[in-house]
Amino acid sequence: MNKKDKISDSKADIIYPIFGFIGFFLVISFLVTLIIDILIDGYEKLVDPSFYVSYPSRFPEKAGILSGWVGTTLVMAGAIFWSLLIGIPAGIYLEEYATKRGIIGKIEHIIELNINNLAAVPAIIYGLLALGIFVYRFQLGESILTAGLTLAILMLPVIVVNTREAIRRIPRDIREGAYAVGATKWDTVRDHILPYSLGGILTGLIIAASRAIGETAPLVTIGALTFIAFLPPSPFVSEFPFLSPEKAWELFMSPFTVLPIQIFNWVSRPQAAFQINAAAAGFVLLILTVLMNALAYYFRQKVRRKYIW
Amino acid sequence: MVMVNTIIDSIKSLFLGATNRSMEDIKSKTKDNFKREGDVKLEVKELNFYYGEFKALKNINLKIPTKKITALIGPSGCGKTTLLRCFNRMHDLYPGSKYEGSIIFHPDGINIASPHIDLLDLRRRVGMVFQRPNPFPKSIFENVAYGLRVNGVRDKKLIKERVEWALQSAALWDEVKDRLDANAYSLSGGQQQRLCIARAIAIEPDIVLFDEPTSALDPISTSKIEELIMTLKEKLTIIIVTHNMQQAARVSDYTGFMYLGELIEFDKTQKIFTIPSQKLTEDYITGRFG
Repeated sequence: MNKKDKISDSKADIIYPIFGFIGFFLVISFLVTLIIDILIDGYEKLVDPSFYVSYPSRFPEKAGILSGWVGTTLVMAGAIFWSLLIGIPAGIYLEEYATKRGIIGKIEHIIELNINNLAAVPAIIYGLLALGIFVYRFQLGESILTAGLTLAILMLPVIVVNTREAIRRIPRDIREGAYAVGATKWDTVRDHILPYSLGGILTGLIIAASRAIGETAPLVTIGALTFIAFLPPSPFVSEFPFLSPEKAWELFMSPFTVLPIQIFNWVSRPQAAFQINAAAAGFVLLILTVLMNALAYYFRQKVRRKYIW
Repeated sequence: MVMVNTIIDSIKSLFLGATNRSMEDIKSKTKDNFKREGDVKLEVKELNFYYGEFKALKNINLKIPTKKITALIGPSGCGKTTLLRCFNRMHDLYPGSKYEGSIIFHPDGINIASPHIDLLDLRRRVGMVFQRPNPFPKSIFENVAYGLRVNGVRDKKLIKERVEWALQSAALWDEVKDRLDANAYSLSGGQQQRLCIARAIAIEPDIVLFDEPTSALDPISTSKIEELIMTLKEKLTIIIVTHNMQQAARVSDYTGFMYLGELIEFDKTQKIFTIPSQKLTEDYITGRFG
């Protein structure tokens, strides 16, 4: 009996790691194959500098991703800005200020329960929401501003949840230490809670932004263009103070496209040459994602090194 | 000492600008009252404290003397830390705490158990040192300066002087004067605890509460902290909660023995440890339970 147990155990010890390794290997090799494949497919375009500075075109050899990467960069900058602007205070409110009593407490409880559900809502639903609110109700147009706000809503639940978790990891002792020298709640939030939780907040940002950068459906819903042959105006001017509010507003209100939409557009074309463009654009999108994550990772390591307990 | 006083005055004038209370009044009263030995600093009258439904403190009556060290001893869960945390209203950070009775803060005569008092002002005047060292993950300098900053001191020169004074009073200055910008967590546990003491005294409180300040420290650091506490009583009223009866006997002038939320006995430390009047106190001190 004893012997039998031993044998079955050792079998499991051999079989389980093998399965584990095969599974892991499959996943990784798919990913590596994909990356290598689009790299090879898109190579001739990737090494062509004019690909990065040309607008889309009917002729595959002339077509480029200028409007795509500029659009993606501007929309993501907006999405990160808005989602942090709303998400961090929301997380701080729920952790630090929420009364959890009375009618307001009930509302807080409902919000808390639903934040996690929001993260699971399909992206296209957010697109419909944004179409109804930002485009029709607030008349913000099919613009970079609308796109940023749309993706920000998509990112919001992840930011809020990560902010709260980061705040909860701050030891109770440190909070009490601040209150014990006569700090107000706002002093404590500003000087301790916010800076010490920044690392966790940036982790949430990485997760959320990586999802948002590849989103196509909600942006198509709010009316992103697939063909755009001009860039939004630069808000910088040559005269003092070098930043023109009218030009900046024009920038926010410009129509746009983003890389995933550009890729989708090219993939759906019959000409084989467009497939090369699509592969190259896909690779650029990957690089953009990696760059964005690397930046957030760098800042996170920086704050983490600063605040260790 | 004259310099210190002028500094204190300027701090007080800075952050008390908002409240209209005349600081001079309080100061002159303070001087008169503090001349005599054995004056009462805190007078606890019929204090009951509840965590939600649970009655954690039962009818506590106690007089804490000025510029003496008062120790609170007793077995785990007897309410000594709960009582200590009433003195700076730390319980108010969490929902469900309720105070009954009064704690009169002399010489002002304000009741600090009242729901209407200014908690920020109270916590500025009643500092606290915690069980585990809890410096902020900031520089050594910023840790000590923090209390001054949140109390509205902006003058950089003044902050510098106060930080140096506090670190010297906490017997830490010589060890850290060359690395004030280093993170507080680069210090050893004992140094961190002395930093927390410096942080507490930098804003010149009247009272400092110590919640088992040496329970996380080694014996050498412990004796340093004990020495420090004994030197601080020249300037401050000190209340210390301790698990360690030898510590209470070594450092304190008065000792209160608590059991199951009640204050069983309160007297001079020497008397408590030699001829306690209660059987329960004697049993605890001789190690028959606890």
